[in-house]
Amino acid sequence: MLELKGVSKRVGAETHIDAVSLTLQPGSLNVLLGPTLAGKTTLMRIMAGLDPPSEGQVRFAGEDVTGMAVQKRKVAMVYQQFINYPSFTVYENIASPLRVAGLDRTLIDREVRKAAELLRLTPYLDRLPLSLSGGQQQRTALARALVKNAKLVLLDEPLANLDYKLREELRAELPKIFAESDTILVYATTEPTEALLLGGNTATLSEGRVTQFGRTIEVFRNPVDLVTARTFADPPLNTIDVDKKGATFLLDRGVSLPVPDHLTGMPEGRYTLGFQPHHLALKQQTPQSVPIRARVSVAEITGSESFIHLDFGAVRWVLFTTGIHHFEPGDSVEAFIDPRRVLVFDAAGRTMAPADGLVS
Amino acid sequence: MSSGIGETQGQAVPARSGRRRPQHQRHSLTWLVPTLYILFLMLPIYWLLNMSFKPTNEILGSFSLYPQNFTLDNYRRIFTDPVWYWGYINSLTYVVMNMLLSVCVALPAAYAFSRYRFLGDKHLFFWLLTNRMAPPAIFALPFIQLYSSVGLFDTHIAVALAHCLFNIPLAVWILEGFMSGVPKEVDETAYIDGYSFPRFFTKIFMPLIASGIGVTAFFCFMFSWVELLLAKSLTSVGARPIASVMTRTSSISGYELGMLAAAGVLTIIPGALVIYFVRNYIARGFALGRV
Repeated sequence: MLELKGVSKRVGAETHIDAVSLTLQPGSLNVLLGPTLAGKTTLMRIMAGLDPPSEGQVRFAGEDVTGMAVQKRKVAMVYQQFINYPSFTVYENIASPLRVAGLDRTLIDREVRKAAELLRLTPYLDRLPLSLSGGQQQRTALARALVKNAKLVLLDEPLANLDYKLREELRAELPKIFAESDTILVYATTEPTEALLLGGNTATLSEGRVTQFGRTIEVFRNPVDLVTARTFADPPLNTIDVDKKGATFLLDRGVSLPVPDHLTGMPEGRYTLGFQPHHLALKQQTPQSVPIRARVSVAEITGSESFIHLDFGAVRWVLFTTGIHHFEPGDSVEAFIDPRRVLVFDAAGRTMAPADGLVS
Repeated sequence: MSSGIGETQGQAVPARSGRRRPQHQRHSLTWLVPTLYILFLMLPIYWLLNMSFKPTNEILGSFSLYPQNFTLDNYRRIFTDPVWYWGYINSLTYVVMNMLLSVCVALPAAYAFSRYRFLGDKHLFFWLLTNRMAPPAIFALPFIQLYSSVGLFDTHIAVALAHCLFNIPLAVWILEGFMSGVPKEVDETAYIDGYSFPRFFTKIFMPLIASGIGVTAFFCFMFSWVELLLAKSLTSVGARPIASVMTRTSSISGYELGMLAAAGVLTIIPGALVIYFVRNYIARGFALGRV
């Protein structure tokens, strides 16, 4: 079990990590999700022991490891850049942590070949890492992390520098590779889709703070605040500021939405509505759906899906729909939204109440 | 010279088709400049070689493009006279000492500059280079007095230490460039794998910057080998360098120009040998390791 207790990291006047408390269970897969500069790497470096926290405590299996040298910790780390020892062969690269640990030669050989087999590196064992493709180099780094049998494996955007196909392939394999052990797997990524595909738990990071931590699907469906919802949305979350008057939300231009039943008790005032791009539709899908007239700004078509960018007054929304829909910029369309699927945030950005279990 | 050959072959093709004649004419001139350049460059070296195979009388008496009375006497005398060959041994001794000293001191220093941020690191790093901006001659006097007072005068190590003055800063700069080319993550991966710092440094890091170390050693060799003034002033008999021996060729029998030329040829050889081994990395060395 890895526990972070009130961990902060300050460099000069800047706060890179702000009072983060997290508890990660053995055998779990944990995703750190956040945009660039959110502090994912810094947090991982603190977990690994490469950097000491300015404040707070890091505990591993009940033991305080805050100031412990990284050599003594049972951790492994894989970087976004493919980091291997260029002067060692792939075999020696994988064997390296075991050699340092002073293990028996035959045992090392068995472990290295097992890991190489699992990561499909067997034909390349005698090659130098720099003569391999990016995917193979990253596999070598993963194999090194695997043989070490570390209790904490940190993967810092391990697939970001790979091309699309390889990324898909390796992403599917990754959780399986580490699944058999009671390893705590930490995976940093900037992509919400990647977090959803990996499953497990997700901690959303924004400006050095963990805004929410829980099961990935829970965090995605029920973000506790606007920042989390924004972090965990790709394409970006659609938002609009509204006034609540009685049982309706007043949007600009005379459009109004009924307040969903479970939120009618809220005080009057200013709120922010948020909804995912796939919650906007071109057709009325439920009887409760409300049409909103908006102007097409641009329509992006990716094979069999369409992203339609809409201007509603001064705000820009994205509508995601399957199928190919052609629109000219300036076209006027009706977009339908089911109010029960809308997330409502108060002026401070807190979620008022989870949306109904209607989220797909 | 090889380019000259390539161009003459290239001529044959356009010569057959009249249409490309203008290009042909432009081509036929291009070999001229490099040939002239190499000619002028090699002339003094050839002349030195030429003189080294002549007896002194011929050098003074007549002008000839090649030795009329070919002789190896000059070389034979250098290799048999202890004053002469000890000059070479002395020079090589302090040069190698300086090379080892500079590289050994510069390695950890360059690592610190490359990997850590500390108060005034940038100023200190630049200040290192300013050491090279003063002519070594101005240090001759203080060095003579200091070394005499601690009994180092006329020893190899005295010259080796004096040459550190300009070689260590250079070595730090070159090595820092090569080290910064290795991502910091490699260091961290090694620490995570469990390597201690010394083990990481010798087993993983040094092989990665091996070419850098080679180039650094070459530059130290070169600057120490050609430096004359400090080497001369800090020695008298015991560690007298070859350059100093060469300046004393006016013996009772007059100037021994043939021997002087032979000694000159022998002085060029070590540098040429060393440069051959680092020829592929030398440009990066001149760029102080930065690409």
